[in-house]
Amino acid sequence: MRQQILILCLATPDLGSPVLAWSFYDGTGRATGMSGDSDKPPFPSVLAAMKEGWRVMQFPMLMPRAAGHEHETSHLRFEYVLERMVQA
Amino acid sequence: MTTTDTRHLLDSKQVATFVARGFLRFDEIVPRTLCEEALAEIAAGARPSHYQAKRGEPASRWPGQPLDEVWPDSVGLAAIVHSPAIAGIIQSLVGPRAIYDHHYAHAIEPNQRWSQPWHADAIVDPRTAFDIQLFFFFQDTPRAMGGTMILPGSHLRRVNESDVARYQNFVGQMPTVCNAGTLLVCHHGIWHCGQPNITPTRRVMLKLRLNPSVPQRLLWNTADLGDTAISGILGSPEPWHGNEARLEVVNRIKLWRHLTGDARFDVDYWLTRLENQAG
Repeated sequence: MRQQILILCLATPDLGSPVLAWSFYDGTGRATGMSGDSDKPPFPSVLAAMKEGWRVMQFPMLMPRAAGHEHETSHLRFEYVLERMVQA
Repeated sequence: MTTTDTRHLLDSKQVATFVARGFLRFDEIVPRTLCEEALAEIAAGARPSHYQAKRGEPASRWPGQPLDEVWPDSVGLAAIVHSPAIAGIIQSLVGPRAIYDHHYAHAIEPNQRWSQPWHADAIVDPRTAFDIQLFFFFQDTPRAMGGTMILPGSHLRRVNESDVARYQNFVGQMPTVCNAGTLLVCHHGIWHCGQPNITPTRRVMLKLRLNPSVPQRLLWNTADLGDTAISGILGSPEPWHGNEARLEVVNRIKLWRHLTGDARFDVDYWLTRLENQAG
């Protein structure tokens, strides 16, 4: 068995909110994604991916914004890591 | 080159679009004859970047010098950046006598299926002042050839170079598919990545980074500065902004205030509300 990782960045911390960004890393070596290789997310939300058998491995921590830097933006904040195990 | 002819300067709505989205696109702004001249110059290595120059060669001393002094001639790349249309764009964003930072011809070889990870150039940059990066596409560039993919509205995010390399795709990402002579003018912070070239032809994208020479205050044709469309431009989110769309608008308002000197400018009262210290 090999692990496949799906990373979904959502609009809000709600697992049913829309996917804004996505990545796919394939431990089988067959189909790993790369930048710009698709125009539409594989699922509309984390919840939709769960319904297809993907397991949520990691939730984003909901951290308050640093004092004095409340308006700064950088990484996408609501990043969920999902996995599924498949035959090698 | 400094132009005093306002016809070649950007207008306020264009600069607002640059502030909001982090780039402006000019299709076929470089004539094909000059594209061919530039490609020949690149192929011959006739205008090396300072990275490529040997110690003591003039190019090794170019960074930090005025562009006009670095490239005083009128052939190839110099002819392009000194053309009135492009000189006007440069002057509108970084002022007369823009400072040369660096240039480099990025080549993607034929049948290159590897895709460059997302990144922002240089290092994390907390300035309000900004540099511009000119991305020139001197060849017809269909999707099969790339071209450089950019993420509109990513330029004000504070990340360090390849911090964003784990992301692969975004809603609203934009590959540069264009005809020869197309120019993207980008804020230095924009996230971008080179795309695979599955054609049998080598693809070249020439990037030129320029620094401001003066405070970036009302450098463009400001005749339309009061246009009510500007608020709408600055207030339009990108589809990948999600819950942070309003923060992006606030950061655009701050940059627009910096560029115009109008400390009270606002969009939908977002900043004015926070600036009320009564009580």
